[in-house]
Amino acid sequence: MAYQIVQASCTVCGACEFECPNAAISFQSDTYIIDPDLCTECKGNFDTPQCAAVCPVPDTCIPA
Amino acid sequence: MSSNVISLEGLGVASRDELTKAIEAEGCSSSSCGSSDAPEDMDPATWAKVQDHPCYSEEAHHYFARMHVAVAPACNIQCNYCNRKYDCANESRPGVVSERLTPEQAARKVIAVANEIPQLSVLGIAGPGDSAYDWRKTKETFKRVVEKLPDIKLCLSTNGLALPDHVDELLDMNIDHVTLTINMIDPEVGTKIYPWIFWDHKRRTGLEASQILHERQMQSLDMLHERGILVKVNSVMIPGINDKHLLEVNKEVKRRGAFLHNIMPLISAPEHGTVFGLEGQRGPNAAELKELQDACTGGANLMKHCRQCRADAVGLLGEDRGQEFTMDLVPEEVSYDPAKREAYRDWVEKERGDRRQAAEIAKAETEAAVADGAQALLVAVATKGGGRINQHFGHATEFQIFEVDADGVRFVTHRRCDNYCVGGYGEEDKLELVIKTLEGIDTILCAKIGDCPKEDLAAAGIEAIQDYAFDYIETAVSAVYRARMGLPAMPAETA
Repeated sequence: MAYQIVQASCTVCGACEFECPNAAISFQSDTYIIDPDLCTECKGNFDTPQCAAVCPVPDTCIPA
Repeated sequence: MSSNVISLEGLGVASRDELTKAIEAEGCSSSSCGSSDAPEDMDPATWAKVQDHPCYSEEAHHYFARMHVAVAPACNIQCNYCNRKYDCANESRPGVVSERLTPEQAARKVIAVANEIPQLSVLGIAGPGDSAYDWRKTKETFKRVVEKLPDIKLCLSTNGLALPDHVDELLDMNIDHVTLTINMIDPEVGTKIYPWIFWDHKRRTGLEASQILHERQMQSLDMLHERGILVKVNSVMIPGINDKHLLEVNKEVKRRGAFLHNIMPLISAPEHGTVFGLEGQRGPNAAELKELQDACTGGANLMKHCRQCRADAVGLLGEDRGQEFTMDLVPEEVSYDPAKREAYRDWVEKERGDRRQAAEIAKAETEAAVADGAQALLVAVATKGGGRINQHFGHATEFQIFEVDADGVRFVTHRRCDNYCVGGYGEEDKLELVIKTLEGIDTILCAKIGDCPKEDLAAAGIEAIQDYAFDYIETAVSAVYRARMGLPAMPAETA
């Protein structure tokens, strides 16, 4: 269970990295990537995955 | 920091009530009101804060330059006039920027600019994104810049949602100018502007979103005002949505201590890809904007010299030299050389004193020579800054518009003639566009003008005059006015 970032629509604003409670999101060679081993879909922390809630572009942070 | 607290009461009158009365009596077009300021119009502490800030002082914008760095791209709200995917070097509107920088890159760029543009006095962090939400990057940038350039003024622009969490840090960093974008004080109006906000780990929509945003914006304004930080409120005027409502916004932000209110027209087109653009929501025309600004008399002082600059703009307000300082042109190692800026500041101090004196003399001469109640005149001026008529007509990308009557000369607004994308037009088309821009203007003053454009302007009923080349604006505009009123123009005594 993990989320992923759709590179084609990502604006690289970094809000998801800021909000991720697991430090699962990092900036790597011009884009943000979610480490599936660290991502918990925010279960136990928040009601909804924070990356998807803050992302300004629809359908960009989605279940992998 | 208690001595740092500035209230509206301090702005040259005894009480807020008196200020209100004074504004109501004078109207906001008066030179004693708003940002068309001079040191005699405000207390020394406030003047000290704004005198070098081109966005907070109309007078300062003739002399000082600002730069923006786009270091804080993350945002916590969605506005219907913003599309985060867009990024075009040919456009000039707020939130649009071509180069995002790390705090380290931004600091290097600021120093490179300070070495080349001695007018630089202000570093601002605006969009894209929200400087207070993406606070770590904003703070890191300011920290790095201040280490090298301790005398630069720092300011930021924010929607206010995250700001209350950082206000005390602003004080610690000597930030005394903050711009809050407030488009409504009624959450019902907000629902038409903000589809959602991200707040306390949840995406919130509808009335709840606008209610929270409104409360946090008012809290931000109150906290900033209590701490003596000058607040400029920006509002985007959206016809049919908040245009009439902005009158209420103007009153409320004044009541809460805003220093200045900047009502900006919505810029909207389908190709921007914004909700408003795609829905066909139009922006206001110049007449609608002016009508709203005039109706705000008695409320917060209005900023009329805003150029709605890009989020990576560099230079005096009328110009953008950002393309000269893209990161590929900034060296890996830059060291700051203060010599140019220090010399420039010395020069400005003397120059602006001389200009103020010249304006007083011109005013006295006009008062003596023109009957009270004589009709006002609108004069366009081509200037490169410094408060002088010093630009060739053909080089002007904007004109500053001054109104003159027996009471003196007042800056009214600027009109751009390079609006957004004029690429592809021939020279003649461009002149037509300029003439259209100057509609309603009687006279244009410039340093030089060719015979052909001069004749074309005359055919359109606009007299172009180059006899006042390099004079102070107030001196020249007053002389033209006296000449028009059938009385002899007196020689400029300060020439």
